[in-house]
Amino acid sequence: MTRKIENTLKIKNGQSVSLSEIPVLEYREFYAVVLRLLNAEDVHCVNYYAYPDNDNLKFICCLADDSAQSVSLLSHILPSGKGPGELESLTRRVGALHIFERELWENFGVKFEGHPWMKPVRFSHNRYNRIIAMHDYPFYRIKSEELHEVGVGPIHAGVIEPGYFRFTCNGEMVLHLEIQLGWQHRGVERLFLEKPKLLQRTMLAESITGDTTIGHTLAFAQVMEGLSGISTDSRLDAERSIALELERIAVHTGDISALCTDVAYQLGAAVFGALRTPIINFTQEWCGNRFGKGLIRTGGSHYSLTNVLIQKLRKLLDDFEWRFKEMADKAYSLLSVENRFDNIGMVTNKQARLIGAVGMAARTSGVKRDIRHSHPFAAFRVISYVPVMLEKGDVYARYYLRRLEIEESINYIRRILDNEQFFLSETTPPVPEANLHLYPSSITVSMVEGWRGEICHSAVTDEEGNIIHYKVKDPSMHNWKALELSLRGLEISDFPINNKSYNLSYCGHDL
Amino acid sequence: MIKEAQILAHHGKQYIPDLTRSQVPAPFRGRPVISSTDADTKALMELCPTGAISDNPVSINLGKCLFCGECEFAFPEKIRFTNSHIMATNDSKKLVVREGEEERILLVPDMIREDIKRLFTRSLKLRQISAGGDNSCELELVACGNPNFDMGRFGIEFVASPRHADGIVITGPITENMAEAVQICNAAVPSPKIVVLCGADAISGGIFTGSRALNRKFLQEVHIDLYVPGNPPHPLTFINGILELTRVKHLNKRLNFKD
Ligand code: SF4
Repeated sequence: MTRKIENTLKIKNGQSVSLSEIPVLEYREFYAVVLRLLNAEDVHCVNYYAYPDNDNLKFICCLADDSAQSVSLLSHILPSGKGPGELESLTRRVGALHIFERELWENFGVKFEGHPWMKPVRFSHNRYNRIIAMHDYPFYRIKSEELHEVGVGPIHAGVIEPGYFRFTCNGEMVLHLEIQLGWQHRGVERLFLEKPKLLQRTMLAESITGDTTIGHTLAFAQVMEGLSGISTDSRLDAERSIALELERIAVHTGDISALCTDVAYQLGAAVFGALRTPIINFTQEWCGNRFGKGLIRTGGSHYSLTNVLIQKLRKLLDDFEWRFKEMADKAYSLLSVENRFDNIGMVTNKQARLIGAVGMAARTSGVKRDIRHSHPFAAFRVISYVPVMLEKGDVYARYYLRRLEIEESINYIRRILDNEQFFLSETTPPVPEANLHLYPSSITVSMVEGWRGEICHSAVTDEEGNIIHYKVKDPSMHNWKALELSLRGLEISDFPINNKSYNLSYCGHDL
Repeated sequence: MIKEAQILAHHGKQYIPDLTRSQVPAPFRGRPVISSTDADTKALMELCPTGAISDNPVSINLGKCLFCGECEFAFPEKIRFTNSHIMATNDSKKLVVREGEEERILLVPDMIREDIKRLFTRSLKLRQISAGGDNSCELELVACGNPNFDMGRFGIEFVASPRHADGIVITGPITENMAEAVQICNAAVPSPKIVVLCGADAISGGIFTGSRALNRKFLQEVHIDLYVPGNPPHPLTFINGILELTRVKHLNKRLNFKD
């Protein structure tokens, strides 16, 4: 399965390999290989992290090749004897790597020479520099008598998570928006190591970000299954993909409602809002929780999608579909709505590539990134999914993409339900694993396309099979930059709709 | 216009008429019941991800419980989660459900502060603070005001400014990075005011208990008026808890909860 080409090791999504198989390169060579690989349009970095390995700091870089459906792993080592060390920044050449290098600098003090934007990511509790705190965030400032700054947050005028926004404005026009995150930092990655039981870790995965419970817990389960050699049966795969698409339908519908609210379109706000409810209530009927907490477990499931539930689901989708269409035909043809969303918050194809946008933010700017398609997992391995693509990259595109993706997800769920291969037998999925023995000195990279975009979890084990590093990447890590950039040249009053059109995660970013 | 009217007609009435009697169907996991049958208590306690289960007598602390249901799967004869969503209380001791206890969880009327009885029985404005919340609690709190649950019918609402609020509702385990903002926000609410902890993370730290990224000192400085268990709490758990806290005197009798 694994192939060594060009000093990298190629693996599949969710596959586990021995650490010793990953080539360790001199940084100079690492630098060159990363640049060469990322030169291809369909290769992007899904994770780049480091962990202490004896007296060294070992860096792992995961580059996903979307055409070859593989992930290239390569590494380099920095001896930590003489302080944290210094490396030449890759960000100067590949902007999308900025966030990974910032994280490495924050956590380990490694300096990346030439990095254009070296600032704290989240003020993690285990950061290298404990002297600086939330107050010390180095905002970009333009000294001018004509300009003014507006600060908002961390607590906002709504029932939402905290984040701090600073706008630098020239009159009404926003020249620059900078977002300071980290307020939600709970130390999740560290807790994956400190809480040893599988169930505790599953609970952590479920709590990374509640609106993506299915997405993150599935990414976690795939890591555990990869590291313990469990293969899932087709029924479990089918149930997981259905749960993931239901999560997407529910959140997208809620977001469309929220966008209608922000442009004062009452009918759309109320009807789309109410349409979300039966979807999450179905998830509750399936597993007892409206967000799907309890549903995704390693190696099995406690809650089978029974025939009774399948019938209910079919009926729900039929009902939802015409109601949604009726409302959407109206909401998507209203000139007043279109007028407000059009040309606002544009992200060009070039920008999306530059910042490494993923998920909706990529697909609305013509960048085809969708893990369901490029690195299929669960049922997507059997029934292929074709991503929905748009070009314009503005708020309207993100508003419209949600409608198209909802329609596509409904179709996809029906295709699973109609495919006899999945539900041939009456058998229920196996009981979840309670305890696992993980492969020693191994690594797994697991990716899932959540409703926001690409989720990537990765774990590393020691000689005894204990997890010594757990890395979570929420799609928001990349996409917050898109929100910042796409507000330039607009007004502060455009911020709410632009922000809503991305609906990025605070806790997923801050972990 | 005709199209809009049609949509509205198809949309129908969305609101739940009586929130105090509304039920959530199984397998929703609400208040647990612990039987007195013998079970390997050590294994039971060992299994729980947050240490919510204790011994002598066997009990579950709903302030710690994540309602994952795993204890019920492993020991179905010992533990059963009912679909009773009435779980909020103002007495942290009441959060502990013991072996053999079948009664629903209530507030202790004597512990409700006079200010609440005097001022907040007809209208209550709340400022929500997410301090490390995973946004499921926040989404359910938003849902409390949606057309289905419509908490606004009781004059209970979330407001934008702490200056307009009668109290705060905290979600999340309170991170170090939010600790100061929580203090400032609470200080900005005019007195008298209430403090509500919503969800296992806020009440006990939940699965984040022990993390060095938390700072829960604020909780030692304030009086907690209501604990709302859940992961996240169902909107009905929250609304009924707030109603019971504020309406006891107003209605001059216990609300007629259906369990
Ligand atoms: S349901 Fe509650 S008590 Fe039971 S194992 Fe889960 S967290 Fe522990």
